[in-house]
Amino acid sequence: MNYAALIPLFPLIGFLIVGLFGKRINSEKLVGTIASSAILMSFITAVATFMGLLGMPAEERSFTSTLYSWMAAGSFNVNIAYQFDQLSILFTLIITGIGFLIHVYSVGYMHGDKSFSRFFAYLNLFVFMMLNLVLADNFLLTFLGWEGVGLASYLLIGFWYDRKFDGSHITWTGDAAKKAFIVNRIGDFGVLAAMFMLFNQFGTLEYAQINKLAPAVWGVGDTAVTIITLLLFLGCTGKSAQIPLGVWLPDAMAGPTPVSALIHAATMVTSGIFLIARTNVLFALSPTTMAVVAGIGITTALFAGFVGLVQNDIKKVLAYSTVSQLGFMFTALGVGAFTAGVFHVMTHAFFKALLFLGSGSVIHGMHEEQDIQKMGGLKKYMPITYRTFLIGTLAISGIPFLSGFFSKDEILWFAFLNGSPVLWGVGVAAAFTTAFYMWRLTSLTFDGEERFDHHHVHPHESPKTMTIPLIVLAVLSVFGGLLGVPHVLGHPLHIPNLLEHWLEPIFAVGTTYLPKHTGDHTTLEFLLMGISTVVAISAIFLARSIYSKGTERAAGIAAKFGGIYKLLWNKYWVDEVYNGAFVAPILAASRDVLWKIVDVVVIDGIINGSARAVGASAGVLRRMQTGVAQNYALIMMVGIVAFIGMVLWPLLR
Amino acid sequence: MQPFDLVGSLPLIVIWLALGAVGIVIQAFVRNTKLVFGYYAGTLAVTGTLAALTSYHKTTAFQHMITVGGYANYFDVLFCAAGLMTMLAARPYLQRSESEYDEFYTLLVSAVSGMILMAHSNNLVVTFVGVELMSISFYVMAGFFKMQERSVEAALKYFLLGAFASGFLVYGMALLYGATGSLDYVDIGLAAHGGTLRFPLLLAAGAVLMTIGLSFKVAAFPFHQWAPDVYEGSPTAVTAFMSTAGKAAAFSAFIPIIMAVMPVGAGAAAAAYAPQLQMVLAIIAAITMLVGNISAIAQTNVKRMLAYSSIAHAGYLMMGLVSGSADGAAGILFYVTSYVFMQIGAFVIVGLVEKADGTNVMLDDYRGLGKRQPLLAGLMAVFMFSLAGIPPFAGFFGKYLLFLSAIEAGFTWLTIVAVVSSVISVYFYLGMVVKMYFQEAEHATEPAPTGMAGITLAVATIAVVVLGVLPSLLLNIYRTW
Repeated sequence: MNYAALIPLFPLIGFLIVGLFGKRINSEKLVGTIASSAILMSFITAVATFMGLLGMPAEERSFTSTLYSWMAAGSFNVNIAYQFDQLSILFTLIITGIGFLIHVYSVGYMHGDKSFSRFFAYLNLFVFMMLNLVLADNFLLTFLGWEGVGLASYLLIGFWYDRKFDGSHITWTGDAAKKAFIVNRIGDFGVLAAMFMLFNQFGTLEYAQINKLAPAVWGVGDTAVTIITLLLFLGCTGKSAQIPLGVWLPDAMAGPTPVSALIHAATMVTSGIFLIARTNVLFALSPTTMAVVAGIGITTALFAGFVGLVQNDIKKVLAYSTVSQLGFMFTALGVGAFTAGVFHVMTHAFFKALLFLGSGSVIHGMHEEQDIQKMGGLKKYMPITYRTFLIGTLAISGIPFLSGFFSKDEILWFAFLNGSPVLWGVGVAAAFTTAFYMWRLTSLTFDGEERFDHHHVHPHESPKTMTIPLIVLAVLSVFGGLLGVPHVLGHPLHIPNLLEHWLEPIFAVGTTYLPKHTGDHTTLEFLLMGISTVVAISAIFLARSIYSKGTERAAGIAAKFGGIYKLLWNKYWVDEVYNGAFVAPILAASRDVLWKIVDVVVIDGIINGSARAVGASAGVLRRMQTGVAQNYALIMMVGIVAFIGMVLWPLLR
Repeated sequence: MQPFDLVGSLPLIVIWLALGAVGIVIQAFVRNTKLVFGYYAGTLAVTGTLAALTSYHKTTAFQHMITVGGYANYFDVLFCAAGLMTMLAARPYLQRSESEYDEFYTLLVSAVSGMILMAHSNNLVVTFVGVELMSISFYVMAGFFKMQERSVEAALKYFLLGAFASGFLVYGMALLYGATGSLDYVDIGLAAHGGTLRFPLLLAAGAVLMTIGLSFKVAAFPFHQWAPDVYEGSPTAVTAFMSTAGKAAAFSAFIPIIMAVMPVGAGAAAAAYAPQLQMVLAIIAAITMLVGNISAIAQTNVKRMLAYSSIAHAGYLMMGLVSGSADGAAGILFYVTSYVFMQIGAFVIVGLVEKADGTNVMLDDYRGLGKRQPLLAGLMAVFMFSLAGIPPFAGFFGKYLLFLSAIEAGFTWLTIVAVVSSVISVYFYLGMVVKMYFQEAEHATEPAPTGMAGITLAVATIAVVVLGVLPSLLLNIYRTW
């Protein structure tokens, strides 16, 4: 299956064509077709590769395709090599499949934008980098992709660089892009440090080697592996917007909505989950890190869910929802339910992409309006958007037999089984907020009275290029969960848990180092499932009773709980705390010490001094270069005598 | 032992026959520049192809006088490629200056034949013949614009100093013969590595003198001063060829000689001078790159700037000799290959920007080129970045290999000097980019139409990028020798 290596190549070609010649092509249709078909070809190749893997015996479903060795210096060897196995192909299918739908959607959404081709060039670049991230067979190539998606994310958040953006302490899209980039730098430091330590220990950065060697070197709970995995996890909190580095994601909504759907919901932000799944052996060796991952995950899920309750920007609600759902995924990884975490990545990619694209369709139809207080009653203007959005809402809320139900319940179940009832309880509370803010969002947007200005705003349904991807994603949101039906439901009906079976070899080694919980818990599992379903449905009814008529009742409640409302509205003042504790001191130190003293006095002094020295010596050399051949011969003679003397003198003595 | 190896000698036989037997006869009767151009271009193409095809065949030929296959054939291909690229760019350049005579191509191929001899040589006399054949062709080519004073002056200076340096080279050879009783590299190497000699001093003196003679050919300090004057005065197409292929040829002869006479760490009594010779090479390398780069900063003329930069590059390349190891040699091979492409590319652009009367070669004439000629300026920027050693271009990786070999040989201080002088060099390489993109032109002259030089530029650019991204393409070849 050598053709598999073509998967990342197509988006690269697309990026080069659109990036270099996009302006000259000057046809939205052609640019959109080139960019989209690049992703489609990757998707088709990925499907073929998947079929190929499917045809192999389960233990052999993994192969590496080495494109070339970039450099080999001593023991340090960097290969551009892609690893195709159950995990990477699953992510590849999500990235290229949803990526393709979002490309198609963008053709409609970005119609008429003055930088149409630049947008698609960046989007192709993103997919290329993301594929490198997940397909890499070593840390270094993953890190290249890791940084590359960061770059693409930066470029796309600030895509409308001339627009204002109302974020936390931010007034401009460029600032939002910078915030995302800089916050991620902190996490990248963690990944780099972990890579250095791993290389120092093993002399290689290949996943296969490290996963094989690590258990032989480190026992469960070894300090070294704990430090390394905590550093890796620091990187994950940056990329996947977890506490403490999650502050950038809500501001990343400054980018065009398809970007939010692709990068900041479906794919890039799940890189952290991917990295942990890829190195699950290391994480499994450190119970401390696992506990930290679970704790951070569930805390983020709850806290972000609460903030989502009070947001009025349609995209911001979804952003906090994404942070919260990513928290669920980390909870799953933290309790050792790797498959459940990856399962939630997949279902979340379906319904969150759907919701984001749906919100984009609303924003498009409302002429760039994003405030849900100025919407209402849109369902009669946008029937397709409404219906698909509703499906997404139900799926994320965990209504039985939709995709979100299966994946979220599996996470909650393992949180109870492998974790503790407390973990489960917090998870259920977070799930309550999910159902509540999603229903609030849907009600305020599509139901109730029309609160927009009829003279200026004429809502309309979006074109077909936008609605068809919505429909496809809605179908996936409904049925996607069937790939991972939990045993408790599937077993009596003879429905296998396909995903768990598929991913089993990836997590086989890691799982052996985790504590085991055996025994029959069928009744308990059904009971917990019932409780969380009841919680979700009651959240929906509660939200419906408050918001279906409008915002008055909500305003009353907000007034009653003024303190809490203010806390949530200001997102626990995290940005303010960070500004006070880190940003302002660093800025002050940079300005007063680094700039005015270190840079101006010390560095400039050295640089200017050495420049003067270089200039002076250039003057001397210039005078030596007289242009007279005799002088040259003389200098040569001096050199000859000196060198002969140097070599012969020690021999003569 | 075969006295005569037909397969291995094929590239040499072809170029000699084409040049000495057929070419001269054609030119005696036909005055058709186009035909001569095509004939010699074909000669180089055929020679290069044969060299590539027969490189698997590793042996010696002509009673051990030459080695064939592998290393030597690699250089054959490089010389022929450089020659072809120069010819393609030179034709339109010479036509504009109205000085296109057939002899130019004859001399160029004659120089290439000398280079090939240098790379194949396994014998001091053969090396000397090769060096002189190349040098004498260069002397004439340097003065090819015979109506221009600068060109004639360049030729004369080059000739005088070159003859002076050849004296030391041939004297060194005589001493080596006197010390070891043989002209054969293998015998000399055996003597230096483990033999007992009656006059070990002769061997040491011979080794130093040969080092000095070849240092002149690569334009290393303090034997470099001819280079700026000659490179500036010569026709730009000639400079492009001399400063690249000429340097590569000198190193192709330098490496086996150093390997033979400088046994590093062998502890041979016969070669007690080896550490000192290493130090001499290191000092030459260090001062050469500093002098080259520092002087380049002060230049206002592009050709002169590139001349000094080429001196600095000789310094980097000599780092690979210091270690006397196979890694150092691999570094030289990779870097000199990259260097040939990036330097030819840069000089070809200089030739295109230059006016027919030889003006418009000042740095200030490149102001605003980015706006007027985006493609040309973009390629120039690529070559400048590569010369400065910025990834992902070939120059970066070559420098990396050379620096690494010096560190492994225990010459960390040399690497520090190299890094410092690389930093200095960034100033003038990027200064060029700044001029092209961030400064406005005071007077705009349009560069000449690219013509066939476009092929040269395309090949150079592709090589610079591909070698930077896929260095293993070449490194894997070196491993097979």
